Amino acid sequence: MLSIRINNLIIKTPEGIEFSLQLAGPITRFLAWAVDLGTIVALISVLNVVFGILGILSRDLAMAANMIAFFIVSIGYGIITEWYWHGQTLGKKLLRLRVMDEQGLRLQFSQIVIRNLLRFIDSLPGLYLVGGLVCLFNKRAQRLGDFAANTIVVWSPRIAEPDLNQLLEGKYNSFREYPHIEARLRQHVTPLEAQIAVESIVRRNDLNPRARIELFRDLSSYFQTIVTFPQEATDGISDEQYVRNVVEALFRPKTS
Amino acid sequence: MIIDLQKFITNERPYWSELEAVLDRLEKKPEYKLTLGHLERFHYLYQRASADLAKISTFSAEPNTRHYLESLVGRAFGEIHETREKPHRLRPLHWFFSTFPQTFRKHIRAFWISLLAIGVGAAFGGFTLIVDSSTKQILLPFSHLQGDPSERVDKEEDVDADRLKGAKTTFSSFLMTHNTKVAIFTMALGVTWGIGTLIMLFYNGVILGAVAVDYVLAGETSFLLGWLLPHGAVEIPAILLAGQAGIVLAGALIGWGKPISLRMRLRKVSNDLVTLIFGVALMLVWAGIIEAFFSQYHEPVMPYQIKIAFGTFELIILALFLGRAGRTSK
Repeated sequence: MLSIRINNLIIKTPEGIEFSLQLAGPITRFLAWAVDLGTIVALISVLNVVFGILGILSRDLAMAANMIAFFIVSIGYGIITEWYWHGQTLGKKLLRLRVMDEQGLRLQFSQIVIRNLLRFIDSLPGLYLVGGLVCLFNKRAQRLGDFAANTIVVWSPRIAEPDLNQLLEGKYNSFREYPHIEARLRQHVTPLEAQIAVESIVRRNDLNPRARIELFRDLSSYFQTIVTFPQEATDGISDEQYVRNVVEALFRPKTS
Repeated sequence: MIIDLQKFITNERPYWSELEAVLDRLEKKPEYKLTLGHLERFHYLYQRASADLAKISTFSAEPNTRHYLESLVGRAFGEIHETREKPHRLRPLHWFFSTFPQTFRKHIRAFWISLLAIGVGAAFGGFTLIVDSSTKQILLPFSHLQGDPSERVDKEEDVDADRLKGAKTTFSSFLMTHNTKVAIFTMALGVTWGIGTLIMLFYNGVILGAVAVDYVLAGETSFLLGWLLPHGAVEIPAILLAGQAGIVLAGALIGWGKPISLRMRLRKVSNDLVTLIFGVALMLVWAGIIEAFFSQYHEPVMPYQIKIAFGTFELIILALFLGRAGRTSK
């Protein structure tokens, strides 16, 4: 079974708040770089065409302009986009990555320049092999440029609201009769527990029957330790239905 | 403990929006300064948003609101706890005439190390050529340097053969971009604790020393100085400054005798590294123009004395600029 190691960086503020930032691994970063490489190639191709027109006046000038444009675009693309878009390039935007200061402070221009100039080393001997290896063994998933610039690259996955209408259609939720107990449930269930409950319903068809029964039994037992609904609300309903009722109670939109 | 989540969000949203507006303004205009009253209000909004985040983290059904608040509080945290100098509008003239030379002098020890490395390389290259002239094929990577110096001088002084006719701008651009890449690479190699930087400087010194000795032994000293000085007076110091930047980076990594953490050492030098490398790039632009449009002309078109005088003048101006510009009277 493939296990995915998720690297998180936790930043604690003096006000007692904790942020958990998910660090982007070398593969995701490589994909973002591939998109950026395509963008750079496209930009240079467009500029080639533009400067080709200049060649009518002077071939020497056109070639010189091409050379300088290639240099500026290949080195400046990362610097300019990361500065203008607060830590993102086009590839990073598409893959929901962002460059941040290692301590959560404001990203400085000098940090962006240094991490981009050190690409010369990170890209050796080709395809960012040095940078990728360093990233793999660094506990904050930093390549050499990030290390020197005190930056990290974080990934912000999209949090999609679960389509509960589809998931929960059909059966009546007996917990609705007890809104005050439902309110207590909403207060005490953590976001992680709620997410687990939703995932169990979304993926129920992927589980074999025995595993499904065990899972919903464990979940319903756990939720019953948090709040206890009266017997008339829970009589005759299966463990899976119990969990479905819990999810419906947690995520039901309030009508006011 | 949140009893009514929707009411909580409705009540708090105006404060979050106000905090977001202040943050947007601070990020868009780095030179924007808050008055004391605004600062206190900003701090209050940050603490309120932090408290709201702590409350909503216990509530399972609002992941999007939680992520929004995390992002808001994170941005505000960065603004409030940032102690480094805020970025300000670019002042190119002040940067060039003041910041750049000041940064050079601030890390003068790294410059001397850089100069020593290239000097040792030059001595090695020159000595090796004196001992065994056949090593020229190994030491000098360019084909036009491997032949007899006198033959080359004759070829260069042939006014009918302008090799760069119609291609000087392209050649100039090539020199600027190639040399800037080498300079950036030399600086970046500082991340190898300076070993890579020192090797690059040594290697450049070897080539310089070997070429110099080769032409001097062939009796072509005037040609050598006339050819190298006009652009070399700026290009060689540029490589030295790139080496200086690499050694500054190495020094931050190694951190001998410094009681601060690695992270703080790297933060301290990051602005200086950027200043040095941008200064180097400007110097190499100038050197590229001179090399393509001036250095390539030889006698009888351009007397060597004029080229040597020009190169010497550049060197003096550069030394005065780096040594004196930006000094403040104490």
